[in-house]
Amino acid sequence: MEKFEKLTGIAAPMPLVNIDTDMIIPKVFLKTIKRSGLGVNLFDEMRYDRQGNEIPDFVLNQPQYRETEILVAGDNFGCGSSREHAPWALKDFGIKAIISTSFADIFYNNCFKNGLLPIKLPQEAVDVLMKDAEKGSNARMIVDLEAQTVTTSDGESFSFEIDPFKKHCLLEGLDDIGLSMEKAPAIDAFEAQAAQARPWV
Amino acid sequence: MSPKTLYDKIWDAHLVHEDEDGTSLIYIDRHLVHEVTSPQAFEGLRMAGRSVRAPDKTIAVPDHNVPTTQGRENPDQMPEDSRIQVAALDQNAKEFGIHYYPVSDIRQGIVHIVGPEQGWTLPGMTVVCGDSHTATHGAFGALAHGIGTSEVEHVLATQTLIQSKSKNMKVEITGKLAPGVTAKDIVLRIIAETGTAGGTGYVIEYCGEAIRDLSMEGRMTICNMAIEGGARAGLIAPDETTFEYVKGRPHAPKGAQWEAALNWWKTLYSDDDAHWDKVLTIPGESIEPTVTWGTSPEDALPISAVVPAPDSFKGGKVAAAQRSLDYMGLKPGTPLTDIQIDTVFIGSCTNGRIEDLRAAAEVVKGKKIKDGMRAMIVPGSGLVRAQAEEEGLADIFKEAGFEWRLAGCSMCLAMNPDQLSEGERCASTSNRNFEGRQGYKGRTHLVSPAMAAAAALTGHLTDVRALMTENA
Repeated sequence: MEKFEKLTGIAAPMPLVNIDTDMIIPKVFLKTIKRSGLGVNLFDEMRYDRQGNEIPDFVLNQPQYRETEILVAGDNFGCGSSREHAPWALKDFGIKAIISTSFADIFYNNCFKNGLLPIKLPQEAVDVLMKDAEKGSNARMIVDLEAQTVTTSDGESFSFEIDPFKKHCLLEGLDDIGLSMEKAPAIDAFEAQAAQARPWV
Repeated sequence: MSPKTLYDKIWDAHLVHEDEDGTSLIYIDRHLVHEVTSPQAFEGLRMAGRSVRAPDKTIAVPDHNVPTTQGRENPDQMPEDSRIQVAALDQNAKEFGIHYYPVSDIRQGIVHIVGPEQGWTLPGMTVVCGDSHTATHGAFGALAHGIGTSEVEHVLATQTLIQSKSKNMKVEITGKLAPGVTAKDIVLRIIAETGTAGGTGYVIEYCGEAIRDLSMEGRMTICNMAIEGGARAGLIAPDETTFEYVKGRPHAPKGAQWEAALNWWKTLYSDDDAHWDKVLTIPGESIEPTVTWGTSPEDALPISAVVPAPDSFKGGKVAAAQRSLDYMGLKPGTPLTDIQIDTVFIGSCTNGRIEDLRAAAEVVKGKKIKDGMRAMIVPGSGLVRAQAEEEGLADIFKEAGFEWRLAGCSMCLAMNPDQLSEGERCASTSNRNFEGRQGYKGRTHLVSPAMAAAAALTGHLTDVRALMTENA
């Protein structure tokens, strides 16, 4: 996985609450056996009409938001299914960070496996960032994972909390399967003990 | 020893390693696998030259894509992309030596129905699957939740999962349910109260007399939708009802092992003075048959209510409710029972078990579905289907005008040909009413099997209790 570098980019506003995984990537695109190439279908039903033409009103279709790297979204972003196709599609489009008051649990975890940073901030902070995102491509937002801050184009800065292990893995681009496999002796020991305690499992 | 919740006890029994910051490695007892979220994980193993650490604890079944029509063993029945996904699971199951129920096997079905049915799911276990409705297995007092594909790969390779511990939430349903009110109505009511993010960061334990009184099927319905309330997992403490269900299943322990297991399972309950981070109590008597009007499972109301006005909500929900009403083609103030229905879908991991089919059959017995109605029963597994045929339920449905299908996820997520067309309105026993969930621009109302059956007869959302009075 690539390392998460300090990011200065265009942020797009998506104030709708409960943006679910079916909106992010509809099920017709889950039939792939690859991880790549889903960006073109990100938000497919909101982004294109039935003939495949772009819907001009949709935020990511607007000229100033085509190079969006940061989403500022309404509450409970990513609710619904466990499909990792949702972060794959966001990442493939070019999104690197998402800011909201809250994220669904499975989606939140899936982001970190793909070098995508979900940032939880209080409503007041998200409101300010949403306003900043509405300024379009002239305004660049800064996401600094190392310092755990998001800074608006006006220089107003907000600190966010993040689990230290998840932060470390993102910053270093670590593959957590490799990390867990280093714990093989502990897993072996657990299995031996569990085979005694719960042999029926 | 300090008092513990059921979740605490299962967590502690599966902790392999804990870092100072609380990041933990927990052991996974059962890993369920289906065709949609696993191909990239197996490919990852192959690329890294890794094997499946515990193939004997890994169980695969195709369910999301498979057609539910006769003759489906013929792969030509599937579109090419679906065929490739199912073929990839066939191949991966063989190559990595994991348990497998192919489409041709009568035991095939929705992964969350097959697991319990075959006795793979047992109390006190940790169960994961690349599917959010894995929460279903919590009905057995197993810690069960959905994971993403990267985590599927992690579990395949290490039989563990990196987790931080969730908080404890208790949802108590006191007293008795009124006639005509079912597990589905309980869980829709809970989500209406908590919202779809109300459980985020928590594992929910459901308890109280109304939960105790439920069968295993009903308990699975409740836990299945824990995820729709945002919770990582739902749990119900195992009791005699659980043990009775598990006993004698193909993969349940036998003989002395059964006794040993039972001794441990009987310790799996939350201690009286355990700490809860959040508590919700709902009187069972206050729950009515419940339906959804919008495009989020939290948009649920008693059938006696009217479509709400967007400005009755607060904050971002005002715009979301307006968007939902536009999408659903509904006007505020319309009685929910005036909503006309085109299609009825009875099935899914939420409501595709034998008890669900019995409840629906009881309502439709000797009657016909409304003219022009499309109504479909999709049993959750081949064994549920066989049992329903044996009990005469299939005949009741067919005589009433329902299509009697083969097992699979079907119209719950519409990855196979079972889909709604634009504007088609469906009373569905599934779990999500998201935009486009059951087909592009399709409109979904989530209901119980009995309520779905009632709508099939009348052609509109209907209080099943009115039909029950007629029958009596």
